[in-house]
Amino acid sequence: MTEALLDVAELAKRFTIGAKDGLLKRATSFRKPVAPLPQLHAVDEVSFTIGRGETVGLVGESGCGKSTLVRLINRLLDPTSGSIRLGGVELADFKARNFAANPYRARIQMVFQDAGDSLNPRYTAADAIADPVRRLKKMSGAELAARVGELADMTGLPRELLSRFPHQLSGGQKARVGIARAIAVEPELLILDEPTAALDVSVQVVILQLLQQLKRELGMSYLFVSHDLNVVRLLCDRVLVMYLGKVVEQGPAAEVFADPKHPYTRALISAIPQAEPEQRAGRLRLSGEPRSPIDPDPTVCRFYGRCPKGTPRCAEEMPLLRPAGAARQVACHFA
Amino acid sequence: MTAVPALSVEDLSVEFRTRSGVVKVLEHVGFSVDKGETVALVGESGSGKSVTAFAVMGILDAAGKVTSGRALFGGIDLLALSEHDLAEQRGRELSMIFQNPRTALNPIRRVGRQIADVLVRHGGATRADAPRAAIEMLKRVRIPDPERRAEAYPFELSGGMCQRIMIAIALACRPALLIADEPTTGLDVTTQAVIMDLIGELAGDSGMATIFITHDLALAAEYCDRIVVMHAGHIVEAAPGRELFAHPRHPYSAKLLAATPGETVALEDLASIPGGLPDLRRPDLPACRYSGRCERRLDQCAQPLPQHTVGERHVVACWNPL
Repeated sequence: MTEALLDVAELAKRFTIGAKDGLLKRATSFRKPVAPLPQLHAVDEVSFTIGRGETVGLVGESGCGKSTLVRLINRLLDPTSGSIRLGGVELADFKARNFAANPYRARIQMVFQDAGDSLNPRYTAADAIADPVRRLKKMSGAELAARVGELADMTGLPRELLSRFPHQLSGGQKARVGIARAIAVEPELLILDEPTAALDVSVQVVILQLLQQLKRELGMSYLFVSHDLNVVRLLCDRVLVMYLGKVVEQGPAAEVFADPKHPYTRALISAIPQAEPEQRAGRLRLSGEPRSPIDPDPTVCRFYGRCPKGTPRCAEEMPLLRPAGAARQVACHFA
Repeated sequence: MTAVPALSVEDLSVEFRTRSGVVKVLEHVGFSVDKGETVALVGESGSGKSVTAFAVMGILDAAGKVTSGRALFGGIDLLALSEHDLAEQRGRELSMIFQNPRTALNPIRRVGRQIADVLVRHGGATRADAPRAAIEMLKRVRIPDPERRAEAYPFELSGGMCQRIMIAIALACRPALLIADEPTTGLDVTTQAVIMDLIGELAGDSGMATIFITHDLALAAEYCDRIVVMHAGHIVEAAPGRELFAHPRHPYSAKLLAATPGETVALEDLASIPGGLPDLRRPDLPACRYSGRCERRLDQCAQPLPQHTVGERHVVACWNPL
């Protein structure tokens, strides 16, 4: 087997919450034992790999830690523990604060959720696309202009629009600028955070097809974050399902969609709207609210309480991610 | 069953006056919703779905002006009512769920009180029993621990919970007509499914007519009896959901369906819709606003749009339907 491009192992991020004591409190209470502050377990011991040229989908509800995981991999946040290896190089050792100037910055790039909000309103399309190249690659002005034109062609952005500002561009055109900017420095891994969520279906199709084509031409790997499962199904080879900071299921997208093993995955797939009433039989609906991610009990399954299957065992023993079939893993006692 | 329309919109046209000209946002829009029926308004952004709802509710932006049409609701024309009379209808008989529950709720008022406010203003409840009635409503929308949640502020609740509060407010006085404007945009798919089931169930219980605005065709097909497809301020097709999916007759509806990702489609099989919406400020807008993007255009298309009835409750506005 070829070596994976990205190898994430036991990655965790915990945020300390609650106010830190002020100076006066610290000065007067130095003899008292310090009670540990509560910790929010945003990403909890997550391990997975992304192969070269592979598209991995990351799905899960809001608050499950998708965005934190993405920010960790993208090195915008420092992990609490764990490793992030890109092409054999440990990235977790670099500080997020300095990563913008790191040569590895060019190798992981990101397309943000709302192209409109993530573009600088005072930059023209050409400025936005040129900016990362200017910062990360040494290029003369003429070379840079040529490169921006080339990127516009690659992403299907008419060159005459390059001098426009974001407010003068349509949603689809802004999405193209966001993509051109991300691929400008020839990344190996592109993280796509709901790249089409703000677009109409007719434009969404064009952008998805563009992404597929660019991946083929440039040999990039994608980490595709989305909650639209129909879109994930179209684009992804493999899919990771996250629930409250944990990966609860992973495997080839086609297999996971055809035969979800974790109850949460089953509920996710049941939630896809169906035009045909015959396909609505046996659907699973979740009740209740998710458990709190603050200092979660390490012995209780995170899905316990919302899970239609929950048994006393689920409250005593946290199910671990274990193999289920050739390329799949599930974290459930009953899968 | 003889269907009784709860709301009948006829020949509705709306213009917006802007600095760069008059925008003809809606033109001759007509549709009806029966008692107990759920009708979806679908279309791309800018197609006029929300403006239609706002016009019916009488909450158009000050720049918007209804230039023609009627919206008959229980024998009265909502568009002709004074603001005072309309305010009596809104909240009691007419209700709306807005797109973003977090911004639509009052951020500095406890959610229980926000529900109580509607009950006092429109439901004939007294200030003394309103809090208890509000807690009853929270139970109906299945909010766990309603007594405690009634004391919460919107920021303390999740998006799904806030949307349930909105639904509780909208349904507090058992309205005859509910307009839900993209009620699940921004919610998780699992939450979306639960919220849609809830709206469907509560609507079914009380025989309420519902207009459901969405850009998600699959969602519309699952939860609505009929689908009305809008494009650039025109209604281009109206049909029962399954009928529309099986036999779309307007070229735009067909394109919209072909662009929607589904279970069995591959990425290569999805087709985009060429072109964009026409500039609605143009004085010389064609009779068919889709004709600039249409592959089936005929010379005839320059004439005023026809209304062909092509099946049971299936109407298409096209000279050359599929």
